[in-house]
Amino acid sequence: MSEQTPAAPPTTTPPADEHRRIEAAAAAEGETQSRFVRFMTSPFGRNLGLIVALLVLCAVGAATAGDRFVSTDNMLTVLRFSAVIGVVSIGMTFVIIGGGIDLSVGAIVALASVWATTLATQTMAEDTHWLIMVFVACAVGVGCGLVNGVLVAYGGMAPFIATLAMFAAARGLAEIISEKRTQIVDVRGLVDVINGEFIGIPVLIWIFAIVGAIGWVLLNRTTFGRRTIAVGGNATAARLAGIAVKRHTVLLYVVLGLACGIAAIMLTARTGTGSATHGGLYELDAIAAVVIGGTLLTGGRGTIVGTIIGVLIFTTLTNVFTLNNLDSSTQAVAKGAIIVVAVLLQQRVAVRGSDST
Amino acid sequence: MSDPLLQMHGIVKVFPGVRALDGVDLDVRAGEVHCLLGQNGAGKSTLIKVLAGAHQPDEGEIRWQGEQIRLTTPMAAMKNGIATIYQELDLVDGLTVAENIYLGHEMASAGFARRGETQKAAAALLSRLGHPEISPRREVGALSAAGKQIVSMARALSHDVKLIIMDEPSAVLDQEEVARLFKVIRDLTAEGVAVVYISHRLEEIRQIGDRVTVLKDGRTVATGLAARDTPTRELTRRMTGRDIEYVFPPRQSRDGDGSVVLAVRDLSAGKEFSGVDFEVRAGEIVGLAGLVGSGRSEILETIYGARKASSGSVSVDGRTLRNGSVRAAVGAGVGLCPEERKSQGLLLDEAIYRNVSLATIGRFARGGFLNRGDEKRAATEHIKSLDVRPADVERAVRTLSGGNQQKVVLARWLLRECRVLLLDEPTRGVDVGARSEIYALVRRLADEGVAVVLVSSEVPEVLGLADRVLVLRDGVVVHTGPADDIDEHRVLDLVMEGSAA
Repeated sequence: MSEQTPAAPPTTTPPADEHRRIEAAAAAEGETQSRFVRFMTSPFGRNLGLIVALLVLCAVGAATAGDRFVSTDNMLTVLRFSAVIGVVSIGMTFVIIGGGIDLSVGAIVALASVWATTLATQTMAEDTHWLIMVFVACAVGVGCGLVNGVLVAYGGMAPFIATLAMFAAARGLAEIISEKRTQIVDVRGLVDVINGEFIGIPVLIWIFAIVGAIGWVLLNRTTFGRRTIAVGGNATAARLAGIAVKRHTVLLYVVLGLACGIAAIMLTARTGTGSATHGGLYELDAIAAVVIGGTLLTGGRGTIVGTIIGVLIFTTLTNVFTLNNLDSSTQAVAKGAIIVVAVLLQQRVAVRGSDST
Repeated sequence: MSDPLLQMHGIVKVFPGVRALDGVDLDVRAGEVHCLLGQNGAGKSTLIKVLAGAHQPDEGEIRWQGEQIRLTTPMAAMKNGIATIYQELDLVDGLTVAENIYLGHEMASAGFARRGETQKAAAALLSRLGHPEISPRREVGALSAAGKQIVSMARALSHDVKLIIMDEPSAVLDQEEVARLFKVIRDLTAEGVAVVYISHRLEEIRQIGDRVTVLKDGRTVATGLAARDTPTRELTRRMTGRDIEYVFPPRQSRDGDGSVVLAVRDLSAGKEFSGVDFEVRAGEIVGLAGLVGSGRSEILETIYGARKASSGSVSVDGRTLRNGSVRAAVGAGVGLCPEERKSQGLLLDEAIYRNVSLATIGRFARGGFLNRGDEKRAATEHIKSLDVRPADVERAVRTLSGGNQQKVVLARWLLRECRVLLLDEPTRGVDVGARSEIYALVRRLADEGVAVVLVSSEVPEVLGLADRVLVLRDGVVVHTGPADDIDEHRVLDLVMEGSAA
């Protein structure tokens, strides 16, 4: 052993006991966490509360609307109405986990639906295949997402501002293209297939399910998902670990743009129209669903399952209210209350899950 | 005045994994300038946060004007007449000078700010501080660092202040501004205000100080020393003489034939540092010693590409790295354990294995899909070899002690099999017992052929662990040589400009 400190003679031995004591204390702290809090902060635990909330809502529905609520048809209706906003919310989950936000999703849906239903696009689709329309909608979504992402990552703009600009501009562009008119879809192939059924379940629901499954795998089983959590959780640490944080940020907005394109084509087919008014308030609905689904607005943590349940809670709420002939104003009040309660509860759990340092 | 203004006795403050304060005594008399001296990590910052009401001590008592008090909030400290001027001045840039001075205790009637009166009062305070040229109407963001400091002091005086704590006030000032600051301090003490003055610069302490208290490893090791007459040797001995002997691993008797891995050529970055030139061979540990602000950390960040070099080059194994690209550095096999482990190095809420694999995540994926079994196995292997406790890769990093968190960052680069390891303050916030383990680990890595660059505020750490030492002052290398040929006092003399006399 070479001792390099020149001045002071060794007087006492290292307080190894002290060291061990602190280690033990730290470990014990971890242990007490591992029971209740560890469970509640695990993905399953956090979603458990949401599932309970959804079940309570269903119970209320069953009690007040009886068979009109508890029927296969009604369940499918709820899911069908969840599908479009659900796809957008899944995309939104990625952006928010990655530490961003996107206010332009509704506007992108509108622009994509209008662009996919222009005379030119529809003519081309008639001549070749209705998939052309799907392609156009997705391309528009990806393009808008790319612009958002580049402005945020390389332009250094706050996500809120960059996407606020897109929020205004994309819907404006949609109005210019459509001349503020509703464009009717003449391509029967698109309407028939997407409004059709597959093994007794509407295709819209299938799309929702598939996008949800892809989103879950992407977030939980791929490097892309892991990097998303790293970038949102601690961008500096991610950068210093060699992750291309800017490029990844762009990709997140592109993924959301693509989700908007898919949602646009679903909405276009469901309504049989393309319109600059499509997707109104989608940004707020999607953010609300993501947030009550347990994703932190500050980034770094969130689940796809939580988001899907969040969407279902809101759609079920609308359904129950409609079946009871309550107006949309009452619904809005209930929706606001649900957001507040859900987020307050999650904050409690989050505080218990982390120490105060 | 026989009764001290402030008496602190046996103050203990424990943070998870480290005892930041471990029995501090301090007494301050009215009208004196009391200097706090100690190396980085000695507990000075924690101590002033306790005094400012920002931290609650776990043990010990504070007596203020003879009576025992508890400072539970920053506001409570203020009300008692204790004001703190932090290094990062806590002013609101967008408000005017007058608004900043009276922030939190605005002069107002029925909620409406009495602007004229506020400005007049602020102007009076600024004149009292000898700076009537600062207009109370100016926006604080437009002031220089020195101007902001004066505003902070005016804010302190706007309360009925009896004790002002200044945390390295001279760090941001030039010589003339320091001289003016000292005049202000003398005027204040003449009025009976006490000042607790923290500085690394011994010559300043001699100029302005009355008495000195020395902290080391969270304890008071000397108190009431005369600031003017105590010899420099005596002060540095008190600062460095430790009762805890760190155990450093033996150096390999290398024949010096390891090939050059990292070559830094005439590297400069703006005002931070210039003309830095050195190389590190495989198996060698090179230490950088210097004060905070001497450019140590900036050099590491520039080598790593996290900061752009204004001139010069960095090459690894003979290949020059692209300037300002972290990815180029990581790709070439450079790893960094950053200074601020928690904010720059770790995903605190994520599991250990996810932190370990952060820089190598692509290796465990096929077509983008992760094989988490492989990932966890590899992480477990390294966690065990580094003896991280508890060895549970699923555990959130936040629950680990400082030493174990540092091992997790080290494991990340071990997993990557890096060629060059840059360590910035590897033992900051690490308990004394765990330090020796970290030292042994770093030496083991070097023995396996890694080129290591070590930055530390603790001179014994640099001297004990490194093979070669570079001493920095104000961004320039002032000494290079084998660690065996230089001792701690010599290093301190070199970094504390002019204090060697």
